Amino acid sequence: MLFVAKLPKRKSNAFIWVCLLARGCFKEYFIHKFRAMLGKNRVIFPGEKVLLAVSGGPASSSMLSQVQEGLSRDAPKKLRFVPGIIYIDEGGASGQSMEERKRAVAQLESVFRATNYHYHIVHLEQVLSLPSSVLEAGSSATEKPQTGSSYKAAVDHFIPTRKNQNQHPDLSVENAQSLLSNLSMQEVQNGVTSPITHEHTQALQRLFASVRTPTAKEDLLHTLRQHLILHTARTQGYTKVMMGDSCSRLAIKLLSNISLGRGASLATDTGFSDPRHGDVVIVRPMRDYSSKEIAYYNRMFDIPSVFIPGLDSKAQDKASIQRLTESFVTKLQTDFPSTVSTIYRTSEKLHTACPPQNTNTQLSAKCLLCVCALDTKLEEFSAYQATLISEQLSQRRGPGPEFTPGTAAAPGSPPASSAGQDHSSGGGQSQGCETGDGGCCSSAKEPETVDLKSLLCYSCRLTIKDMTALDALPQYILSEAERRRSQMREEISEFLLDEEENEAIPRVNGS
Amino acid sequence: MAAPIAIHLEFGGGAELLFGSVKEHHVTLPNQSEPWDMKQLLVWIRGNMLKERPELFVQGDTVRPGILVLINDADWELMGELEYELQDKDNVVFISTLHGG
Repeated sequence: MLFVAKLPKRKSNAFIWVCLLARGCFKEYFIHKFRAMLGKNRVIFPGEKVLLAVSGGPASSSMLSQVQEGLSRDAPKKLRFVPGIIYIDEGGASGQSMEERKRAVAQLESVFRATNYHYHIVHLEQVLSLPSSVLEAGSSATEKPQTGSSYKAAVDHFIPTRKNQNQHPDLSVENAQSLLSNLSMQEVQNGVTSPITHEHTQALQRLFASVRTPTAKEDLLHTLRQHLILHTARTQGYTKVMMGDSCSRLAIKLLSNISLGRGASLATDTGFSDPRHGDVVIVRPMRDYSSKEIAYYNRMFDIPSVFIPGLDSKAQDKASIQRLTESFVTKLQTDFPSTVSTIYRTSEKLHTACPPQNTNTQLSAKCLLCVCALDTKLEEFSAYQATLISEQLSQRRGPGPEFTPGTAAAPGSPPASSAGQDHSSGGGQSQGCETGDGGCCSSAKEPETVDLKSLLCYSCRLTIKDMTALDALPQYILSEAERRRSQMREEISEFLLDEEENEAIPRVNGS
Repeated sequence: MAAPIAIHLEFGGGAELLFGSVKEHHVTLPNQSEPWDMKQLLVWIRGNMLKERPELFVQGDTVRPGILVLINDADWELMGELEYELQDKDNVVFISTLHGG
């Protein structure tokens, strides 16, 4: 019986694994880290329903076993929440056959059954029938972010709130709760939610086939996966979702997100808690574990994990930005073992700004796909503006309408143009409509691209740009886009002077 | 040494994809005068077992970064990495920690 453990790191970069402590100590250390992570960031309330997103991979399987450990312990500080498991079968997108998918699902089901937790097997094809409400940020149950002192207050607030939320107007609290729990048991009796048809799989394949680059494919897959998880969490009453991102994965994610143009949302994408959806908070309790630790723990303590090939299996190093970053970081890590932890510590310094909890936060301020705050407001001297200018300069185009840097106003063409471009008249800031993206620059592009573009953050725009057929997108995205656009049109129309009245009078807001 | 060595190989974390999706292999390394070391084992695996895409498993002399190697359940860094001399009935595990194996 041989044992490995980590020496506390000194000034030197050498990361020394030494035959020192017994297996027992490693196990204690590993378990302790999990509980310390949850204890340090106290966002999980007792009795709360938490959805564990398990992909079958080592990190999420390890997370599952940690939850089992934490819930079963007789220690006084036993974890107290109600777990559920979700697994998303992405075989439709990665080209697996139905038999392979069934086999993988069966393997995972046997793992899940052994835990005695409620589990949900969701197929990626179900993303095609999601309601567009999934793209709306819900209101959070608690009012402000938790600090140590107000945690207890938040817990006290949470429990009666939870009962109220579930309450049917005609029934008493207890009846409603028991009825609802029975309902959820019957609907999803520990199994597959609904069978999928061949057409669904084909539609999904068509969607992914219309994406040109592997980078955009991975990005899109990630987005759709998040939507599915969110939808399941909302319909089944989960208020927290635990993702199994390990330290190494998060370091890679941080760097590749910067390359993807997601710099504005780094804190939410890689931080411990991700509050972007409002009512459902995503937490990442495995973010302190390196891949190596997880692999060793799983091996030593026989944690079952199922490897399922995905979109990027056997991909070349340079196939996508994500792969390239992974290869870069992993290689660097072999020579400089503190690479990953340095990146991780740096990312810990990023904090999410407290989201403004006023009711004025409009839906149009969030990206349609990734539900992060839109970062494409055209302000003076912003990086985004610089990007646009270089884009414009690098494309040889005839003299179009003048684009004056530094103003959010799009001069010239009337806002209700048929190309569907939205221009905010006057300062974009005062309107609250973040569509001042210099729509005139995109006059040469297809109307459809422009339609979605104004609703997306910078990096989601890049993903959409890589798509050849936007109509392959699931219906809920397209209809939500349409709804937001008509909402914006309404808002703008309030501010415009009527065309007919205005012939002789110079427009106040336009240039 | 002179006698052939029986080695038990395991592949996990997606590395098995490169070996026909078979996780466990019992192999017998043929006779040779010098003792077998890990470096030679890797060459042997690359030549005799890898079905496809050798660059996803071996890079240069050593394994691709991101693949963990355990010899008898101990990190191979503790055993000397490539210089470790294989003994009969050793257990060598390759676990890939990379996305998609």
